[in-house]
Amino acid sequence: MAESATLAAQPANYLNWKKGIASWIFSTDHKRIGMLYLMAIVSFFFVGVTLGFFMRIEQMTMGKTLMSAQTYNALFTLHGVIMIFLFIIPGIPAILGNFFLPILIGARDVAFPRLNLLSWWVYMAGAVLAVTALFTGGGPPDTGWTFYAPYSIRTGTNVTLAVFAAFVLGFSSILTGLNFITTIHRLRAPGMTWFRMPLFVWAHYATAWIQLLATPILGITLLLVIMERIFNLGLFDPSRGGDPVLYQHLFWIYSHPAVYIMILPAMGVITEILPTAAKKPAFGYKAIAFSSLTIAFVGYLVWAHHMFVSGISDTAAWIFSLLTFLVAIPSAIKVFNWTATLYKGSITFSPPLLYALTFIFLFSIGGLTGLVQGALLTDVHVHDTYFVVGHFHYVMFGGTAFGLLAGLLYWFPKMTGRMYSFKRSYVAWFFLFLGFNTLYFTMLVLGWEGMPRRYYDHVPEFHSGHVIATVGSWILILGLVLYAWNLFRSLKRGEPAPANPWGGVTLEWTIPSPPPHENFEEIPTITGGPYEFPTGEPA
Amino acid sequence: MKTGGGMEKQETLSYGTYIMVWLALLVFTGLTVTAAGLHLGSVSIATAIAIAALKSTIVLFFFMHLKYDDPVFKVMLMVAILTLTVIMVLTFVDVLFLPGGPAQ
Amino acid sequence: MSSAATAMPHVHRDPKGAKIGMWLFLFTELLLFGGLFLLYAVYRYRYPADFHYAATHLDTFLGTVNTLILLTSSLTMALSIATFQQRKRKLSAWFLVITIVFGFIFLINKYIEWSTKIHHHIYPNSPELVQHTPGENIFYSLYYAMTGLHGLHVIIGIILLTVMCVLVARKPRRHVRVPRGEGAALALLDNSGSPILEESLGSGVTEVGFTLFDETDEETRESMLIKLENAGLYWHLIDIIWIFLFPLFYLIT
Repeated sequence: MAESATLAAQPANYLNWKKGIASWIFSTDHKRIGMLYLMAIVSFFFVGVTLGFFMRIEQMTMGKTLMSAQTYNALFTLHGVIMIFLFIIPGIPAILGNFFLPILIGARDVAFPRLNLLSWWVYMAGAVLAVTALFTGGGPPDTGWTFYAPYSIRTGTNVTLAVFAAFVLGFSSILTGLNFITTIHRLRAPGMTWFRMPLFVWAHYATAWIQLLATPILGITLLLVIMERIFNLGLFDPSRGGDPVLYQHLFWIYSHPAVYIMILPAMGVITEILPTAAKKPAFGYKAIAFSSLTIAFVGYLVWAHHMFVSGISDTAAWIFSLLTFLVAIPSAIKVFNWTATLYKGSITFSPPLLYALTFIFLFSIGGLTGLVQGALLTDVHVHDTYFVVGHFHYVMFGGTAFGLLAGLLYWFPKMTGRMYSFKRSYVAWFFLFLGFNTLYFTMLVLGWEGMPRRYYDHVPEFHSGHVIATVGSWILILGLVLYAWNLFRSLKRGEPAPANPWGGVTLEWTIPSPPPHENFEEIPTITGGPYEFPTGEPA
Repeated sequence: MKTGGGMEKQETLSYGTYIMVWLALLVFTGLTVTAAGLHLGSVSIATAIAIAALKSTIVLFFFMHLKYDDPVFKVMLMVAILTLTVIMVLTFVDVLFLPGGPAQ
Repeated sequence: MSSAATAMPHVHRDPKGAKIGMWLFLFTELLLFGGLFLLYAVYRYRYPADFHYAATHLDTFLGTVNTLILLTSSLTMALSIATFQQRKRKLSAWFLVITIVFGFIFLINKYIEWSTKIHHHIYPNSPELVQHTPGENIFYSLYYAMTGLHGLHVIIGIILLTVMCVLVARKPRRHVRVPRGEGAALALLDNSGSPILEESLGSGVTEVGFTLFDETDEETRESMLIKLENAGLYWHLIDIIWIFLFPLFYLIT
């Protein structure tokens, strides 16, 4: 096959059937919208990485390295806001969910294609607003991404615009959730019953309900911050009878379920990769499906574990602690089921499998460190330290982001019609894994030893830890760059990919790579479960 | 051209039914205003919420057609209400057990 | 070469799906206001006497009138849908107009209430109000925030219903676009196949578009009905939110 074959020389597919920027940014094709999200989200991810890079440089020496304390506060605020609202929360649902959800259920598109396009535009509007907040008014916000009252009400920095940007971004999330729920209810192919859907779809169904029901609480919380700043409502101001702890309640009522918006889709990705790699059905299909729903529901019950030292009642503290232990159970069920899926499977090693296994490892560490925080006594010790920072990077980066990396490796051939270099992805993995653990495991140790988070400076006993972590961040960034470069260069120079490079049996592997505009020539009729592998010769 | 899955044959309510529903809502409004004047003390808020819930249920079932629609709509609504309820209950687990109690 | 069937734009109609989408959106509104109701509940628990006292200063009569207005507007909204289902298009449009008028009256009443309060220097953080107890300050902040957000939704509802009114009042129509090749001709035929009108299209015509006005077109009617029902759902939600706001602010005396 001619390596220089351009995408345009391929048969008609969603990439080449219409040309020009307008045909992309006004497209209602879920695949194009997924790609639009990919480009935007990856760009903002690297902005977030750059912010993190500079934060680590600052922590390289004691005292001032590069910037003032005020700048540092703005950096960690923006790092959080961009990574959370512009990268992780949209992340997998907007990119892989949009691209593959309809295909996996045998549909031609989502239920509301124009709303889908709107959700991308709303995302871009929110992103523009967020970036604008950097440069206008009193300067970038310095409150931390959590915008706690009363400081967020009183600070002169540009909280109002930043918070409004987050409000707008919330709408994008809500629209995606609304679209996915309706799509899954209404557009499954004939014969695809609920329990014949791929588990990636179940994961996105559970996620969509959280997006739909939790995000409005964030909406009203952010709106109230804006109202407080402009109209002095005083609802969170103690001098006016208000209660700042109520702000925290409202904030975390969204933001805890939000972490399940982040992790559930990643778990869905892993549950697709492992059966294909092992040529075996996912073990415990119903357990995995129901555990997704359970996580989504129980996730609403644990938010105040972020507030153990904020002044909540003792009764609330132990009840939320107990509930937090409960939510670990369905996650553990998934880990056991993944392991069992691999057991006695006919395993083919591949980059997606490697990254998926890494997810399981890193996410487990993250989950276990979560239990340390869920237990009241140990939480008092580690709250607001680098232990927390290490924990959430293990689950969000080692978890969700690695899930995205794995998913992109798995589905890149399908999305682009090109294969990438396995070797380069293994090399990238090496730097990613080494850098990640150097950076974040060190943080777990630093935090346990007492290094507070969101501190511009540190005392000598933490110095060597910070240096190690910073070096780790460089290795990690190198890994990210190698990973991205591998995929980027494969867009033009990769080998043309077959329809089914991994031998998968879900519907996306039955259509060409890249898929045609309408996905299927004929909507398939489903007669069996999603992971029925032919016995004997692999596909 | 139409795809499958059009609206199932809907029960269309008569104009008279809608008027009756409206009258019921007016009656319950009168009831709640009257109850407010009765100085029921701590029960007054519970009564007000109960009547409001009843009125809302009537609007949902008849004006919004929930009674006659596919059960999936009721189930979804229950999910949303349950979520909100759970959030309120758990918040009160904190608020109710703080040392000090209410301000006055 | 693509056949005529695939040349027609793929029209995907799913009234039940559209309805699900609308209900899902309503749930987001429920949770949005839910956050405010949560704050209300906590602060009410903390400042029962202050809330009680402040509520006596709200105009219960006006509040009751507004409640009756919204309830009646829900009736007229439901009747608009019912008459549309009975193919009484013009009557349906009139019911929408009445509903919109009720919406406006509600907003005017709200305006009167708010401006009266503001005239008496009762608004968040006013020099007058900060001298009152904290509980009263919180009460009024919640009052303005919640009735304000609700009023904003009434405005949105009015805009939505106005758009629906225009759509319902217009002659029902269907737009058709068909791509065609060189030298095509357009002919309108009667039932026996004889041409009523024949027009040869010039060269370079790649697409033919026409609008068919048809009172009996079922598909257009169904599509309009689902839009109307969904708009109705939104309006009824606004009513339900007020059904809860009313006793919590006006009747806790």
